[in-house]
Amino acid sequence: MSDTSQADTALTTQDGVPLKVSIARALRRQKIRALLLVAPLFLFILLSFVAPIADMLFRSVENDLVPSTLPKTVVALQVWDQHSGTLPPEEVFAALAADLKVATKAKTHTRVGSRLNYEKPGISSLFRKTGRRVGKFEDGNYTEQFLKADKKWGDIEVWQVIKRFSTPFTAGYFLAAVDAEQTEDGVRFKPDDEQIYLFLFGRTMILSITITASCILLGYPIAFLLSSLPLRSSNMLMILVLLPFWTSLLVRTSAWKVLLQQQGVINDTLVWLGIVGDDSRLALINNQTGTIIAMTHILLPFMILPLFSVMKTISPTYMRAAKSMGASDWYAFWRVYFPQTIPGIGAGSILVFILSIGYYITPELVGGTSGIFISNRIAYHISYSLNWGLAAALGVILLAMVMVLYWMYDRIVGIDNVKLG
Amino acid sequence: MSSLPPYASLGQRTWFYTFRFICGLIFFFLIFPILVIIPLSFNAENFFTFTPEMLSFDPAGYSLKHYMDFFTSPDWQAALRNSVSIAPAATILATGFGTLAAIGLSQSHMPFRSVVMAMLISPMIVPLIISAAGMYFFYSRIGLQGTYIGVVMAHAALGTPFVIITVTATLVGFDQSLVRAAANLGANPVTTFFRVQMPLILPGVISGALFAFITSFDEVVVVLFLGSASQKTLPWQMFTGLREQISPTILAVATILVAISVLLLTTLELLRRRSERLRGLTPG
Repeated sequence: MSDTSQADTALTTQDGVPLKVSIARALRRQKIRALLLVAPLFLFILLSFVAPIADMLFRSVENDLVPSTLPKTVVALQVWDQHSGTLPPEEVFAALAADLKVATKAKTHTRVGSRLNYEKPGISSLFRKTGRRVGKFEDGNYTEQFLKADKKWGDIEVWQVIKRFSTPFTAGYFLAAVDAEQTEDGVRFKPDDEQIYLFLFGRTMILSITITASCILLGYPIAFLLSSLPLRSSNMLMILVLLPFWTSLLVRTSAWKVLLQQQGVINDTLVWLGIVGDDSRLALINNQTGTIIAMTHILLPFMILPLFSVMKTISPTYMRAAKSMGASDWYAFWRVYFPQTIPGIGAGSILVFILSIGYYITPELVGGTSGIFISNRIAYHISYSLNWGLAAALGVILLAMVMVLYWMYDRIVGIDNVKLG
Repeated sequence: MSSLPPYASLGQRTWFYTFRFICGLIFFFLIFPILVIIPLSFNAENFFTFTPEMLSFDPAGYSLKHYMDFFTSPDWQAALRNSVSIAPAATILATGFGTLAAIGLSQSHMPFRSVVMAMLISPMIVPLIISAAGMYFFYSRIGLQGTYIGVVMAHAALGTPFVIITVTATLVGFDQSLVRAAANLGANPVTTFFRVQMPLILPGVISGALFAFITSFDEVVVVLFLGSASQKTLPWQMFTGLREQISPTILAVATILVAISVLLLTTLELLRRRSERLRGLTPG
């Protein structure tokens, strides 16, 4: 507290406030102003974007439907030991009858049925069938009446599934998303020939790596040429890169759809040139070839632009120095120039890879069945099978993969260095 | 590589021209798909390939019928109207919020800058299918699914990162002492903003707005999930057209869209040149 004695002699502003206090106040005001400027967008993004993502995370583990539709049954099932090998006691059947009576009136029993059907096929029809009869059930002896309504109620596995999914949260969707299921003996992976999602994740990765590699292969010479030409001609050629970049994604996809068809421009030209026979036209579309060609074209500018910006900063004197010291053209390029372009390759590759593993439109239109990605499966579950929980779980896994890559991108390039056009 | 020295050996000469040839092929790969749809859109037949009449430059092989179809079909016209009403609204939202936020983020005393920045940029990073899925789930909870407002909000969220990036980049070249000078001369913050700061960062704001516009105008994944039939946009109509009943009208639409992109690209290039010229003049 030795400062107190010096307080009188400390610097003050004109109106007598100590300078320190005054500066602190001004700083605080600036901070608040900066925050206020950011606040509207922050709130907007929070509502329109972050909340939806959070909702997806929540839906991937949420399992509210069973406990909220069959509340009494869930409570009654707690005393039943699912490993005992016997059917649940009479009280459970009574509770289920009471729950189903309420649920059939609200017509929610079919939703529980289709939810549990993801875990054990057949439960959906079981619930629908029983729902029609449960209104006529008499008091007492419920076990018998249920068994009479449908023999499947005597299957212990049905009860095990109901008990397993009676908690408000579940890992079931995530397990399904990696082709596994929860059984009484723990987690079990499906046999290889039944795996859908791991296979699709694998294919998404392999195709994305192929696309990234072909982008490097095609983008590197272009970026090299553009960076070595004089400004005027490189600006002209740059238009050839930027025009595809700016053209609508659907325009480019429809162009490829037109070009790659069996009766399309490429096949026609090849037949005309006599390279392939008219009866052996190449199948270029609705398979992996179509996806790879179209997506390489679409993502190529994202490889060229970062490579170009790195190559432009490399001074040509390094190459000249290497050559003057006796290096051959190739040696000078490989040992002096190429290592300096690796940051550009890294940045471009991660960018292309991130964009490509989440692609939906192009694989959907030109990929057929063998060229589709995991995102097409997510869309399928949202629009057609209506298994939103599984769609959310697949989405969360894909998001996690992208986030890891994004973090790497941030480490290598820095998100502030993203350049457009 | 820009030119061959007079003493270049035969090997070097061969490689030089081979390299140029390879680059030419890659440029061809980049630009050919976009150019090829333009003549095909004038096809007189309902084919997706060049007819013999077209190859012999017979005028009978060409027609404007696909363009006529685009301008008379109620489906395409409704799609055009929807696109034209959604994209500007999303652009205005994205540019307004984005510009303010970029100015805030560029101040030296902004707390938690990197965290906030990462969050505001995230709509650009997250794959569209995931954004679309999340928005579909959440917007149907709050009753925005299938509404005009819902689609505009989603598109604005997707467009803001581009506004932030371009405006922040312009602000790097902005001399902060100009603001202090204006304040010193008695201008209040609002006047300073509109009379001093805004004219100087305008090129960045406009190019950000163009990015936001094109993001919304081209976007199909999110609108596919979020929109209902009354929000069917041009890309959506193209998507269903390509998937179901493939008609050459799509090529006419595609040609019109290419013309729009050329226009946008030219505008952006002019803006970039202007901003470089201005920045060359600003002191510091």
